[in-house]
Amino acid sequence: MRDVAVVAFACSTAARETERSEVEILAPVVREAMAQAGLSVQETGFVCSGSSDYLAGQPFSFVMALDAIGIWPPKMESHVEMDGAWALYEAWVRLQHGDIDSALVYAFGKSSLSSIHEVLTLQLDPYYLAPLGADAISLAALQARALLEGSQYTEADMAEVAARSRRDARSNPMAQVTGDASAEELLAQPYTVSPLREHDCPPVSDGAAAVVLAAGETAKRLCERPAWIRGIDHRVEPQALGVRDLTESSSTLLAAQRAGVFERPVDVAELHAPFTHQELILRDALGLNGGTRINPSGGALVADPVMVTGLIRIGEAAGRIMGGTAKRAVAHATAGPCLQQNLVCVLEASDG
Amino acid sequence: MAERCAVVGIGQTKYAARRDDVSIAGLVREAALRALEDAEMTFADIDAVVIGKAPDLFEGVMMPELYLADALGAAGKPIMRVHTAGSVGGSTALVAASLVQGAIHERVLTVAFEKQSESNAMWALTPKIPFQPPVVAGAGGYFAPHIRAYIQRSCAPPDIGIKVALKDRRNAMRNPYAHVQDPNISYDMIAESAMLWEPIRFHETCPSSDGACAMVLTNEAGGDASSRPPAWLLAAAMRSEPIAFPGRDEVNPRAGQECAAEVYRQAGITNPREEIDVAEVYVPFSWFEPMWMENLGFAEEDAGWKMTEDGVTAFEGELPINPSGGVLSSNPIGASGMIRFAEAALQVRGMAGEHQVKDARKALGHAYGGGSQFFSMWIVGSEKP
Repeated sequence: MRDVAVVAFACSTAARETERSEVEILAPVVREAMAQAGLSVQETGFVCSGSSDYLAGQPFSFVMALDAIGIWPPKMESHVEMDGAWALYEAWVRLQHGDIDSALVYAFGKSSLSSIHEVLTLQLDPYYLAPLGADAISLAALQARALLEGSQYTEADMAEVAARSRRDARSNPMAQVTGDASAEELLAQPYTVSPLREHDCPPVSDGAAAVVLAAGETAKRLCERPAWIRGIDHRVEPQALGVRDLTESSSTLLAAQRAGVFERPVDVAELHAPFTHQELILRDALGLNGGTRINPSGGALVADPVMVTGLIRIGEAAGRIMGGTAKRAVAHATAGPCLQQNLVCVLEASDG
Repeated sequence: MAERCAVVGIGQTKYAARRDDVSIAGLVREAALRALEDAEMTFADIDAVVIGKAPDLFEGVMMPELYLADALGAAGKPIMRVHTAGSVGGSTALVAASLVQGAIHERVLTVAFEKQSESNAMWALTPKIPFQPPVVAGAGGYFAPHIRAYIQRSCAPPDIGIKVALKDRRNAMRNPYAHVQDPNISYDMIAESAMLWEPIRFHETCPSSDGACAMVLTNEAGGDASSRPPAWLLAAAMRSEPIAFPGRDEVNPRAGQECAAEVYRQAGITNPREEIDVAEVYVPFSWFEPMWMENLGFAEEDAGWKMTEDGVTAFEGELPINPSGGVLSSNPIGASGMIRFAEAALQVRGMAGEHQVKDARKALGHAYGGGSQFFSMWIVGSEKP
């Protein structure tokens, strides 16, 4: 594999944006990432993005983003209707060809324009499941119930994840939810959908993120401490909830094995777990129950711009390495109901 | 240096206005199984799946690759979903090829589809967002002004579009998968059909189709081992440009010109009109044939219509364009680009049946989308590069 690294990362502060459109949120983020890398969009070899038409409620929502980025003269450019983490994967693959040395990856989404958890119902089997109207929180609650009944985990473990995430979010200026409530205090709150309480669920966030990738010597030239991608892999499971064990994440485990997570200890992990119980499942799949720092950014529980959250995990994990506070990091992204599809990325410092 | 890539399996469904006999999953699986059968493989041989389709609003399923993962044998494997507007079928094939070229995987299944009967594409293309140009009355309403501008600046005779439509609809009679097949199609029938968006008549317009197309791509070893002739990837490129800015040439977009120049460069082609034997070009409205002939460098600017007029693009012509019948005869939107790429591959494999062009050794597959701003192309050949 050709050495490819994250050399720049920027994201917007997660919020319900009432003033700005998707592209108005995106444009300054892309500018900031390019400034960090010291590159112009034109100087990159490839541009790849992730977004979903169903958030904007219009076809081809990515077209206006292209205008905002200003891709002129024409460029090699592509788009996935997936979280931006998969756009990053596509760019990483393209960099393996060896003929280009850098790529811009971005993602954007405004979940606040609609009722996002009901919109996500449209991801389900359109003939048998979607018409029943099962929303994303209800499906997550089914998974949480299965975990509570099939493991040693309790609602207190879930609340502990939320309490830690909110505490960590206090030092993340991009977070939407912060707080210093203890797990006991959180457990006193009523259920949203049993066994999930508000703190177990993600906020409704709008946002954008951008990452610059560079290969080999270019990465070293653009960044003092590049975050080298040592492994990246993604796997999917069948969607139907009845055919998988919801209390574990077999696709995360498989992707982690392929990405080389288990080869050496992990300093820090950024996990895309929009629900508290999903962090517990992911930690088990990734074997992260020892000394690994989990979600120092606060994770998806404090900022969840759908289609962007996974890319932010890679950016945050890379940021720890670029900032010199970690040598080896794992980033994870997910898509689909109940952790159906998962991507795992291992990032290391040059001396990692 | 990138790995070599070869097409060793191709599968298509019958394109039709309604495929009520299958679900969306059934439709994509039909194409996938046919591609696997052609490649003499099963799902177990496939390392990864890359799927593409046009806007999710067309079927009302958000990110349908999630629901389709198991129908495509992707459980436990990577699946990616590409969306680059109308060019998506081509871009999807290129992302799949990229996985092989980047030596990530050895065998990749790529699928593109649209099941337009699940909803109404016209409606899906019509929402008006504040401060953005509305796509009124679907794609035809959007592209008709580009065509009028082309006719004005090229001084083309007014019936070139009719001649393109007649050729493509006649070619469709040779293709068992084509949607619109009318043995009685004639010049007069097209000329007398309803004017939808001046100067585009009803019979100069693509249909709304249900359908899926799939391909199996593999590396050099896989191509060498294939018992049926492979199509070797000689060149692959995509280029995009913004949709709106002052001075943009929407009739002959720079992204298309540069994408074509890049695939010719990769394939070592200096005279595309001489060296390309057959091309499958994304022509959803008849007049786009002469426009793309110029954009692709097959003709000088303002002279593309002469290729149609002189029969160069006819089935027996010097450079046959769309022997399959093209998008004008079958348009499952998200798949239409991949069908162009697959038909180009069928030609150089010598497996195009009734619409096989004689001695086709190098073929171009072309797709475009958005406001004539997204382009994806590949050149495939019968000989290993």
